[in-house]
Amino acid sequence: MKVQAVRAPFAARGGVHPPYGKDATASLPVETLPLPKRLVVSLAQHLGAPSKPTVKKGDKVLKGEVIAEAGGFVSSSVHAPTSGTVKTVDEMMTATGRPATCVEIEADGADASVDFSPLLNWNELPSKALVNRIAGAGIIGMGGAGFPTHVKLSPPPGKTIDTLIINGAECEPRLTADHRLMVEQPGRILAGARIIKRILGVKCVWIAIEDNKPEAIASMEKIAGEAGSEDNVRIVALPTLYPQGAEKQLICSITGREVPSGGLPMDVGALVENVGTAAAIADAILEGKPLIERIVTVTGDGVRSSKNFLARVGTPLHDLVAAAGGLVNDAAKIISGGPMMGIALEGLEAGLNKTTSGLVILRSNDVCYFSSMPCIACGRCVEACPMGLMPCTISERVEAEDYVGAEGFDVLDCIECGCCAYECPAHRPLVQHMRLGKAQAMARRKREATKSA
Amino acid sequence: MSGDVSGHFVLSSSPHIHSGDSVRKIMFSVIIAMLPAFVAALYFFRWDALRLTLACVIACALAEALTRKAMKRDFGITDLSAVVTGLLLAFNLPPSLPTWMAVVGSAFAIVIGKQVFGGIGYNPFNPALVGRVFLLVSFPVAMTSWSRWRIPSPGPGVDAVTTATPLGLMKTSLTTSGTVPYVFDGQTAWQFFLGAKNGCIGEVSGLAILFGAAFLLWRRCITWHTPVFFLGSMAVFSQILRLCDPSHNMPALFHLLTGGALLGAFFMATDMVTTPVTRVGMMLFGAGCGILTMVIRKWGGYPEGVSFSILIMNGLTPLINRATRPRVFGHAVPKERKEAPQKSS
Repeated sequence: MKVQAVRAPFAARGGVHPPYGKDATASLPVETLPLPKRLVVSLAQHLGAPSKPTVKKGDKVLKGEVIAEAGGFVSSSVHAPTSGTVKTVDEMMTATGRPATCVEIEADGADASVDFSPLLNWNELPSKALVNRIAGAGIIGMGGAGFPTHVKLSPPPGKTIDTLIINGAECEPRLTADHRLMVEQPGRILAGARIIKRILGVKCVWIAIEDNKPEAIASMEKIAGEAGSEDNVRIVALPTLYPQGAEKQLICSITGREVPSGGLPMDVGALVENVGTAAAIADAILEGKPLIERIVTVTGDGVRSSKNFLARVGTPLHDLVAAAGGLVNDAAKIISGGPMMGIALEGLEAGLNKTTSGLVILRSNDVCYFSSMPCIACGRCVEACPMGLMPCTISERVEAEDYVGAEGFDVLDCIECGCCAYECPAHRPLVQHMRLGKAQAMARRKREATKSA
Repeated sequence: MSGDVSGHFVLSSSPHIHSGDSVRKIMFSVIIAMLPAFVAALYFFRWDALRLTLACVIACALAEALTRKAMKRDFGITDLSAVVTGLLLAFNLPPSLPTWMAVVGSAFAIVIGKQVFGGIGYNPFNPALVGRVFLLVSFPVAMTSWSRWRIPSPGPGVDAVTTATPLGLMKTSLTTSGTVPYVFDGQTAWQFFLGAKNGCIGEVSGLAILFGAAFLLWRRCITWHTPVFFLGSMAVFSQILRLCDPSHNMPALFHLLTGGALLGAFFMATDMVTTPVTRVGMMLFGAGCGILTMVIRKWGGYPEGVSFSILIMNGLTPLINRATRPRVFGHAVPKERKEAPQKSS
């Protein structure tokens, strides 16, 4: 059977076309990074409650052993990425730019593993058992947000999901981790998609890829064709536009449905999983392996040779950069994630997170140093905003500390994609203003909730 | 490897890349876009064009610098917006205007039209038009004298325009004899388009203005919405009048090619600061400008109404912005302006 990609049926609103810069790594095969000597595994990799450590200083751990368990329902467990000795359990800097409790492990080099028990009869097991396994494998959204996957896969009663979207859009400039995964291991992605389909009972799965990745599209078309028609996999080629891969925009492009303000994808019957997450689910079910490694793109003019690596979670970012030839002399900014939504880090001490899809190093010439001007009302931010907001107006409200006004202009709907600030000719810090406005609006709602309670 | 020195990396919020555009670059592009019209002005009005342009640009830049200094504020003239204001004001002046009046108008445009509101970004009205209208009401005779038009033979059939602008001639003719002054044929239209008519120094050549407009569109300094709706509504309105009463109304093309219609539609109604930020708002703004221009030309006391109509629409801009808020993604209905929650202090 031949599977051919279809065009996305609905156009996304707004968006920008930053220089993609993916050529540096798009054709480079993923290299497996040698085992690091020490690993720093964050216990706050996901959204929700941090994981609670189950090991202490001096403990010996094996690869795949649980070192922290979920701290609540919206939380996740964390596993030892290799075998070794726990050196410390303490607060350290993480790849999200914030300190959190981390488990530092000194690797013994043996990489001895616990026994993995695959669920080969997964097709006969109840969904609950599969979701439990996914929760037990510490799988979280690997596209960046890190939402615990088992929570997504447990929709409350009354919510039906009819559309599963596997997100391979990778609209962030420079990153090629998802691209390489689709080119090199499409089978894992497809296997993961099948398992999710089984869990949710959906009939059809869309694999969404931006049309600037023809190689990835061809690879997924081929594997879906080989798998045959009972899988009902559709490959959809999205127009290349940032932020096409953002969850709400992606669902809208494919189904025409808009996730309601303040709602979740399941409110419109949709579920989106990143391609990396799908592959991790396949590993957890078919091999019994927890999420302890990921593909990460190390790129930017600030490193000597850009690479795609397969690295263990907790690998110090230092090691990744060293394996990419080290920093150039005028490396000036380290971005964990992509240049549009990534987080600037103060150093390379932190360990790789499950959500870290890229490490982009900028040289000093490419770092934007701006002093902002008053808004000149050009309207480019309004045109660029994929959510239909008026960032210029919200920004002025926030600047005037009129947070109620900002909320009236729907600041809480902002997805912080950065399109407005990317376009702004007055170099206004629009995203910061949005974040401040959102934080203030949330705080105000909380205050009022406690007051009325 | 400098990376070993932690704490020396730049920390800032996302996004970490930028389109590279800036207010200064936009203003510079507008200046470039005005060069064709400036060249046309030099061709038609020679020394007067140079004199007025220099006077306005220098006076605007000086006024900007001095006011910023007096107010102890930064962002002086480096964003080039004062230069744009100077050029636009000069383009809206008749060639015979005395230099000192141009200087006074420039100072008024910058100080009263812009800086008293807080400078760039905060002025509700287009400063150049504020300057022009100030001059028009203060020196009505000087602002409507067209004696120095010097091109001897622009072509057959248009000799009559050497003493007044086409719009002025029409107004006079309609009030004195009650008929339109001349037949507006294709030949005349072409001459008008090239610039062979009397008028303010920067508005005469439609061809030069369109060259500049194409550049602005290409540079994304303006979008098509405002000019298309401005000129479109003018054309529709004037054509309806023409069809109803051909003996008292000129055809649509006459209205588009005379006065400040083209200059206004492409260079003044597109001023970012004083016009709406939404696309629908820009269309409304343009349509409003076009209709008001025709209303003033047809029934007003002045022969020309572009400046007034744009200023009036400038005043309506906050309302237009409010009325044309885009529907927010995930909000069910095209939103009426949702009232902000009550302030809880």
